Amino acid sequence: MNPDTLKYTEEHEWIVEQRGLYVIGITEYAAEELGEITFVELPEVGRRLERGEDAAVIESVKAASDVYAPVTGVVAEVNDILEMEPDLINRDPFGKGWILKLKDVSLEEYNDLMDSRSYRGYLKTVE
Amino acid sequence: MNWTPATLAEQREMLSAAGAASIDAFFEMIPEALRLRQWDLPEGLSEFSLRRKLEALAGKNTVEYVSFLGGGYYDHYIPAAVDALAGRSEFYTAYTPYQPESAQGTLQAIYEYQSVVSRLMDMECANASLYDGGTAVFEAASMACRITGRRKVLTHASLHPVWRRMLETHLAGSPIEVADGDAPTGNDIACVIAQNPAFTGDLRDLSSLANACHDCGALLVVSVNPVSLGMVKTPGAMGADIAIAEGQSLGLPLGFGGPYLGILAARKAYIRKMPGRIAAATTDAAGRRGYVLTLQAREQHIRREKALSNICSNQALCALRALIHLCLLGKTGLEATARACFSKAEYLKSRLDFVELLNEGPTFNEFAVRLPREADGVIAALRGKGFLPGLPLAAMGRGGPNDLLIAVTEKRTREELDVFAEALREACHD
Repeated sequence: MNPDTLKYTEEHEWIVEQRGLYVIGITEYAAEELGEITFVELPEVGRRLERGEDAAVIESVKAASDVYAPVTGVVAEVNDILEMEPDLINRDPFGKGWILKLKDVSLEEYNDLMDSRSYRGYLKTVE
Repeated sequence: MNWTPATLAEQREMLSAAGAASIDAFFEMIPEALRLRQWDLPEGLSEFSLRRKLEALAGKNTVEYVSFLGGGYYDHYIPAAVDALAGRSEFYTAYTPYQPESAQGTLQAIYEYQSVVSRLMDMECANASLYDGGTAVFEAASMACRITGRRKVLTHASLHPVWRRMLETHLAGSPIEVADGDAPTGNDIACVIAQNPAFTGDLRDLSSLANACHDCGALLVVSVNPVSLGMVKTPGAMGADIAIAEGQSLGLPLGFGGPYLGILAARKAYIRKMPGRIAAATTDAAGRRGYVLTLQAREQHIRREKALSNICSNQALCALRALIHLCLLGKTGLEATARACFSKAEYLKSRLDFVELLNEGPTFNEFAVRLPREADGVIAALRGKGFLPGLPLAAMGRGGPNDLLIAVTEKRTREELDVFAEALREACHD
């Protein structure tokens, strides 16, 4: 995934449309802040998530953090490989470390999210 | 630093969030007789006067009774080595220390305890312990709800009525519903909680109940008497998903309600949904074996309000006693203890041909009888002869006025059993 083409949240999730589904992960910045990731709890496929609702839990050697749904939608697919290799998120946060895919998302909410340029600006304010 | 209690404004805010009009209204769920009326403490006493007063109070306890009281808590022999080892100051004076840098002994003891419990229950993992058997029922119920995403738990008729009540108390204000039921009734049940041996003594193989639960996506929680596992089919072998127990029988003396020990073990697949501390083995930078707490991200000090459970400690000293007790017994010793309890209970049954035995199938160390007269009178008469004849079932809401639950441990001698049987016969026909 090319980080420049993704949409972002203030909670450091990224989301992008790909073949009709919306792929979600966490940003490189978030993965670095968390440290070595040891476990990912994934949502059930078919579950409807409201924007901001807990979608997954990421445990690292430092902390346990929630991943929030960037937009309202229904869980279409989860990245099962993370159950065996959770540190894929550290190694490839914008690629193989994706977490879940949503369908039937709210486009209005999607269009409201930050683009990569705004996210980079936002990062400067939190760093 | 001064201790600053909540301000009146904060108290009002908390009360309104809890939906109570006043502090008194908030505490209304505590039975009135148990609520504190006043804080007027008596004048201080000198060490000598205090000692005399406490000795007089302690003298009111009678310990010479030959006891047949059970109902979840049993009069087992505790080897002197349990007191000697658990009483060592390294263990005894430490407040649940978990820092691996300074608490390798305690962490290793917890790790060994978990290993012993897992083997005893025939499960794959166990936590560092909970407060008591009733707490374990509640934590197992919540755990089953987390695993299944369901909110209804069924309690089997075999479950201890006090633990059933504790479950309800814990669940007040929670979205989890509890109902009575001996088998799952639909696809909305998180678990069935059964007990083996049952509160009234019956031993069952719960394998078919485990299958019935799994068929509709529910879990089976089995509460056991840990000593019985020396000869009885384990929860793991029956297909239980979560195994729990009151651990008092493992090296803990009978007290007025505790401190006792809540045991909880589970299938490995559920370890991340398991409440409480978990100790694990690892290696340090020099490659030496060491022990640390693990999977702490489930817990309150990391996850705050999103933690799995409010349990943020464990019953370390009681768990240590259980560990030492089980290690002293060993596999053969536990089996011998279980067989002694069973055989002596069977012998007593054979001597009680003048009462009606209420258990239809096999029992372990405890059985229920219907006396020819009210149990309360018989208990009073036998107490005068140095016996505690058992638990009146009516007092527990599990039987009629003549029903008595009798427990026999390895401590009872043949002579005691013979004299007791005779005394009971006389008391029944007076």
